[in-house]
Amino acid sequence: MYIHKTMMTITEKILAAHCGKKEVVPGELINAKLDLVLANDITAPIAIKEFRAAGAKKVFDPDRIALIPDHFAPNKDIPSAEQCNLLRQFSREHDLSLYFEVGRMGVEHALLPEQGLVVPGDVVIGADSHTCTYGGLGAFSTGVGSTDVAAAMITGEAWFKVPESMKFIYKGKPGKWIGGKDIILRTIGDIGVDGALYRAMEFTGEPIKKLPMSGRLTICNMAIEAGAKNGIIEPDEITRKYVARRARRKYKFYKSDRKAIYVDVREYDLTGMEPQIACPHLPENVKPVSQLASINIDQSVVGSCTNGRIEDMREAARVIKGHKVHPYVRMIVIPATQAIYKQCIKEGLVDVFIDAGAAFSTPTCGPCLGGHMGILASGERAISTTNRNFVGRMGHPKSEVYLSNPAIAAASAVLGRIGRPEELK
Amino acid sequence: MKFKGKAWKFGADIDTDAIIPARYLNTSDPKELASHCMEDSKNPDFIKKMKPGDIIVAEKNFGCGSSREHAPIAIKTAGVSCVVAKSFARIFYRNSFNMGLPIFESAEAVEGIKEGEEIEVDADRGVIRNLTTNREFKVAPVPSFMQELIAAGGLMAYTKKKAGLR
Repeated sequence: MYIHKTMMTITEKILAAHCGKKEVVPGELINAKLDLVLANDITAPIAIKEFRAAGAKKVFDPDRIALIPDHFAPNKDIPSAEQCNLLRQFSREHDLSLYFEVGRMGVEHALLPEQGLVVPGDVVIGADSHTCTYGGLGAFSTGVGSTDVAAAMITGEAWFKVPESMKFIYKGKPGKWIGGKDIILRTIGDIGVDGALYRAMEFTGEPIKKLPMSGRLTICNMAIEAGAKNGIIEPDEITRKYVARRARRKYKFYKSDRKAIYVDVREYDLTGMEPQIACPHLPENVKPVSQLASINIDQSVVGSCTNGRIEDMREAARVIKGHKVHPYVRMIVIPATQAIYKQCIKEGLVDVFIDAGAAFSTPTCGPCLGGHMGILASGERAISTTNRNFVGRMGHPKSEVYLSNPAIAAASAVLGRIGRPEELK
Repeated sequence: MKFKGKAWKFGADIDTDAIIPARYLNTSDPKELASHCMEDSKNPDFIKKMKPGDIIVAEKNFGCGSSREHAPIAIKTAGVSCVVAKSFARIFYRNSFNMGLPIFESAEAVEGIKEGEEIEVDADRGVIRNLTTNREFKVAPVPSFMQELIAAGGLMAYTKKKAGLR
């Protein structure tokens, strides 16, 4: 058996395996082979133009490039329709098997894991900052720009500086309604929006080991909000069960060596922690929900790559069942994929939402980035299960976004102000 | 290479939604994107007031948030010659080198430059000069691979060479 001279983290091991090396160390520059390259209707058009401008005629592998029109799709206006058309034309031209048309399309970071198109041990780049989501499966995945995707569509490779790793250890017993969103918001509130700049965030501890895949994907999804290159969770039995019936490729479980080196190790006790809310205008402005009970809201959004999975739909439905959305609040529920949409129908969740007075939409990133399907007017305020609350993120530059888990977003929709499920009568 | 222009100061954690709001991302036309550059920042009239060659000087974590390359494209097409910041968000940093927007890290320069002062950045010597106050600051060295990328003319030129494309 080969004994590593260097003790490595899961991130280092995956990167080493993808550049043909036995070991890599933080700071080292590598050229890694990619398992999947991703872009969407906002980022792919620039990548396609660059690809063509370079005189490239062939993609490196038509089965490893995913083009997903999800941001301004179903097309919200003529310019968006033109952008989506560019993806469609390019996919036909190169016979891409992973182009997802409206009707099959879903929010990319929910769709790819669900369809088994990203698997544990992968190296994936995507021209979307939330590509780091797949760390929840035990993959190395990171957001890049369109030019990186253009180059990767030609070569199937990308350059990386091996990141230093930070370890986040959670312990204690999380209370009711506490999920992946609260754990990651608590963490970003602690280290700040550049607290993990250029680094890998590795999440571990008992509460993480008990967390379902949906919660793990939520945590890794927001690693970018702390500036991280990637977020990652060691795969285990929960991972195995999740990927067993989905994986379309071979996968491999990597684990960190016990003596692997971390630049920082932080511990959090989740016992007694309240649901966490990120206040405007940065994801680091985190407060416990009880401090925000006087904040009125105009809109509540449940969905996105952060919290648009079936578990999130169930959580919101459980809270809102039998209640009515406040007369002057718009509640917008957006399942992240068609499979989740169908499951919502099957479980009667769509009835629950519509009976409560909520809107229920086809999958789209829409309101999360102020694209469409729920834009805020000047002075309006939303609570949202999405991932960013920057100035103007969901509409007018004078609007505000508070980030929360699905249970809080649902309870707040009924109350007309930020509040908890326990406050519903 | 030297860049000379007036300094426009911005705060910490300037996100890509402030640089180019997502509502304008239904196009990738550089001129259209540039016309909304910094529109949701604390200086929404930046694009009307700035002159070609001017320099953005910002606190830490400039360009955080989205991976949209539209952000460095908007800045570059607006005519900003380069960006100086205490630190850059990872994807913005990578994108800038890939598409050719010169960026420089220097905490001391950001501390020593006020809005409106005349600045000169000497990229080859790694020096930023405040021409108004006659002070000089050092730039954090650019990693050697990034220098290679710049010398090759950006990532696509580098990739073309590697892939044998003409």
